[in-house]
Amino acid sequence: MATFHFDFVGPERTLYSGEVNAVQLPGIEGEMTVMAGHAPVLTSLRVGVIVITESQGSGKRIYVRGGFADIGPTGLTVLAERAAPIEELNAESLDRDIEAVQLQYDATEDLQRREELNAQIVQLRETKALLKL
Amino acid sequence: MASLKDLRNRITSVKATQKITKAMQMVAAAKLRRAQMAAEAGRPFAEKMAGVLGNLASNLVGGVGAPKLLSGTGSEQVHLLVVCTGDRGLCGAFNSSIVRLALREHATKLQAEGKTVKFMTVGKKGYDILRRQYRDQIVESMDIRGNKPVDYAFASEIAGKIVDRFEAGEFDVATLFFAEFRSVISQIPTVQRLIPAELPAGGEAPVKAGGDAALEFEPSEEVILETLLPQNLAVQVYRALLENAASEQGARMSAMDSATRNAGEMIKKQTLVYNRTRQAMITKELIEIISGAEAL
Repeated sequence: MATFHFDFVGPERTLYSGEVNAVQLPGIEGEMTVMAGHAPVLTSLRVGVIVITESQGSGKRIYVRGGFADIGPTGLTVLAERAAPIEELNAESLDRDIEAVQLQYDATEDLQRREELNAQIVQLRETKALLKL
Repeated sequence: MASLKDLRNRITSVKATQKITKAMQMVAAAKLRRAQMAAEAGRPFAEKMAGVLGNLASNLVGGVGAPKLLSGTGSEQVHLLVVCTGDRGLCGAFNSSIVRLALREHATKLQAEGKTVKFMTVGKKGYDILRRQYRDQIVESMDIRGNKPVDYAFASEIAGKIVDRFEAGEFDVATLFFAEFRSVISQIPTVQRLIPAELPAGGEAPVKAGGDAALEFEPSEEVILETLLPQNLAVQVYRALLENAASEQGARMSAMDSATRNAGEMIKKQTLVYNRTRQAMITKELIEIISGAEAL
C-alpha cells in the first residue's frame, strides 16, 4: 500500500513525523480519511482524535483541540495549537478543558460565539466518551 | 592609607561578588541551551504556518474582502508598539537596547509626524524604563512569569489581547520589538510589523508547486484565513519571546563573564597593594627594632 508523509506539529514541539498509510481527521465538516494521492485540501479541524495508520493494524492516536490540516501533493501537515498523544491524555485534563470552555461560554454574550463554544463542549464530551475515560 | 584589615575586607568582598557572577554565568549558560532548544523545536510550526498563510493570503491581498488583520484599517494614525523585554536585569544592554530601538527609531519619529503612539510592554524591565516617560501611553503591561520557560499559551494570550484591542479600534498598526539571537555576544534588536500582517516573502515554496491542482477549502477560504491570522500573530509573538529568552540568557552570560573577569583583575590589584603594605609594615617594624638596639 502506498504511503505518504505526515507531519503533526504543535507550537512547542513536533508530535509526529513519518511515513503513514492513512490518517483519519476530525474535519470541521465531518470525519475524513486521507490516503496517498489525496486531492489538495485545506481544512480546519474540530476537537477530536486523529487516528494514524502506519501499516496494517498498527497505528497511533492523537487528541487535538482545533487546528488545521493541509493536504498537499507532498503529504499531509497538521497544525494544532493544542494537542497531546492519547497516552498523555486523562480524564482530569479533559475535565479541565471542558471546565475552561464552559467558563468562557458562561462569560460570553455574543450568541454566535456561544454556539461555537457550546459545540466545543459537546465535542469534548464526545471525545471523553469515545476514549471511555 | 587603608589599613591592612580594610584591604583584607575589600578583597574578601570582591571574591564573594566574583563567586556570584560566576554562578550566574553558568546558570545563564544552562538556560541558554534550553532556550535554544525550545527555539529549535518551535521552528517547524512557525514555518508551516507561514507557508500555509502565504499560500492563502496571496490570493486575497488587495481584494475587497480581505480581513482587516491582513490589510490594515487603511489608516496609519495610531500605532501600537509591543515591546518585549526580559523580567530581570544584570544582562548587559539587552533590555535597554530593545527599548532604545523602539523609542529612538520609532516612537519619536512617529510622534514627530503627528501620530499617536501607544505602548504594550511584555516583561518587567521594558515597563520600568518606559513608564518614566510614557506612563500614560502604556495601555497594557505584562510580566513574563518568573523564569519559567516561555510557553505558547502565554504568547497566544498576548496575541489575543492585541487582537481584541485592534478589533475595538484602538490602533491601526502594531509593531513588535524584540532581540534576535545571533550568538552569545551578539543580539540584534529587531522590529517586526504585526498588523497589517507582513507576509512571508516567497521563501517557503508554495504548497501548490505540484501542478495547478486547485486547493479546496473547508469550510471556506475566508473563514480559514480569519482563524489563521490571529494564530499567526500568536506564532510571531511566540517566536519573539523565544528569541528574546535566548538573547537574554546570552547577554547575561557575556555580561557576567566580563564581570567575573573584572572582579579577577580587581582582586589581583588589591592583593598586590595588600602585600606591599604588609611588607612595608614589617620593614618598618624591623627598622624600629634595629635602631632601638643601636641606640643602646
